[in-house]
Amino acid sequence: MQYTASLRLVLAACLAAATLAPAQAQVRIEVSGVGATQLPISVAGFAMDGQVPQDVSEVIRSNLARSGSFRVIDPGITMTDTAPVDFAGARASGAEALVAGSVARLADGRYDVRYRLYDLPKQNIAQGESLVTGAADLRLAGHRISDSIYERLTGEKGIFSTRIAFVTSQAGRFRLNIADWDGENVQSPLVSPEPIISPTWSPDGTRLAYVSFEAKKPVVYVHELATGKRRSVANFRGSNSAPAWAPDGRTLAVALTQDGLSQIYLIDAADGGNLRRLTRTSGIDTEPAFSPDGKSIYFTSDRGGSPQIYRMSATGGDATRITFSGTYNVSPRISPDGRQMAFVTRRDGRFLIAMKDLASGNDTLLTDVGREESPSFAPNGRWVMYTTRQGGRDLLMATSVDGRIKQRLTSSSTEIRESTWGPFAK
Amino acid sequence: MASTRLAAIFAVIASLTLAACSSAVKLDETAPIEARGAGAMGSAADAGTGAGASERPVAQVTIDATRDPTEDPNNPLSRRSIFFDFDSFTIRDEFRPLIELHARYLLTNRDRKVIIQGNTDERGSREYNLALGQKRSEAVRRALLALGVTETQLEAVSLGEEKPRATGTDEAAYAENRRADLAYQ
Repeated sequence: MQYTASLRLVLAACLAAATLAPAQAQVRIEVSGVGATQLPISVAGFAMDGQVPQDVSEVIRSNLARSGSFRVIDPGITMTDTAPVDFAGARASGAEALVAGSVARLADGRYDVRYRLYDLPKQNIAQGESLVTGAADLRLAGHRISDSIYERLTGEKGIFSTRIAFVTSQAGRFRLNIADWDGENVQSPLVSPEPIISPTWSPDGTRLAYVSFEAKKPVVYVHELATGKRRSVANFRGSNSAPAWAPDGRTLAVALTQDGLSQIYLIDAADGGNLRRLTRTSGIDTEPAFSPDGKSIYFTSDRGGSPQIYRMSATGGDATRITFSGTYNVSPRISPDGRQMAFVTRRDGRFLIAMKDLASGNDTLLTDVGREESPSFAPNGRWVMYTTRQGGRDLLMATSVDGRIKQRLTSSSTEIRESTWGPFAK
Repeated sequence: MASTRLAAIFAVIASLTLAACSSAVKLDETAPIEARGAGAMGSAADAGTGAGASERPVAQVTIDATRDPTEDPNNPLSRRSIFFDFDSFTIRDEFRPLIELHARYLLTNRDRKVIIQGNTDERGSREYNLALGQKRSEAVRRALLALGVTETQLEAVSLGEEKPRATGTDEAAYAENRRADLAYQ
């Protein structure tokens, strides 16, 4: 039984990745606070047939280590999926499971990625797959294999093939970025001289809604990632912001000021039509977030004198106050199972990520740096991603929902903000 | 002789400027001034260059490109920022005369439109700050409406913490960013 009370793992994986992809060299991931039960798993190097632009086994090692659920062993050997397994020898390293595989270039230029997951105590094949993929998606193949291994061994869906979005700002240019869950493989669907805030993924993962200031005022856009097609869906008089997708992907909740201060409205996500006003207060109502069943909307309001989080029906009407500790509780996000709420709370002048158990009302502080913003749940409910600033640098972080495991992605040259986790990949 | 003419021209410019300050007449109606005497013979800027003075000297007159009084640094209408206290959306008394000045200008120039941009310091949620900035721009909008300005001349928006004028993280920078700006269109 492996037990490490406070393990701090700086992954050598990233150094190896740096030699393969210099553009990603500045991204470095640290995992801290891994505890309790970790399954020891050995991941051999995948046999590579000729030049392969991505070390798939390294992606799998990195993913499993970062999940906090595994102690990853690199046996330092290459082992194809069909090679005979020395079960006793593999167990001697302490491993309970073994992954071996191969990557072969096909005649059409694509790659055939094969792997097998061995159960070492039972001395059998627990799982095996073949994935055919283009060169640009070899990393994705590694993520998909990681998801399969994770699900087979933990019984939960993995999030390794999900994507995240965040905004960077550098020298007056704002970039809306999409990346793999670990912050690597960054692509920019939108680059603008004006700020971009509040990106949020459509439930099917094909579109982002966000707020852009390109028209010298905040306007809500919906942007189709594959084509780059975008249209303004909320461009009413005043400010338009805080888009939130209803779970059906057809409706957006937004904050508009066309009737005075920020109030919450619903619009159709396709064209911004069918405007319906949900709140009617003389103060601020903003930052709507749907419950996963689509029946409730959580939001931030100052109707009680300080910003607090409330819940109302998704059709409007009376609201119930949810937060009571402190004088500043904002940015609600509801867990995929609907039982927990991540939010930002101000305590002694510091902005922290807190988790509320919605049944008991109990709050747990998940962070302690003090400049935290933009919480969002991983689609399996295991992680909350957020941004913070430490030592003059903006950081993209993920914490386990119990606050015990923290992952840090550092970028040497850009400010990172407005992080948001995408849905499970289709 | 030449100095007398120059003095006369400056007097004309001065009277034009005064008229711009005191009159409610739309400034675009001021007749454009042509640079006579240049024509096909060359531009006014060429006059007087080279060895010795030309026998046909041409004095250059430059009209400032900015005729918009809200952009003229010598016009009090160019003061277009209203500052707020921490966590406050109330217009301080010291800014009442400035708002009244802009109200008078908008009342006498009904075709002018202004976007009121609310701003906040960087602390806290970006979306909540966007809503707070709207409280500031809305306070200025309502003050202008109360002074009789037509609703269609005004749009209140918020830039939240996204367009800071001061980028520091001290109180002086925060105070500079707790602000509503009048952006004439």
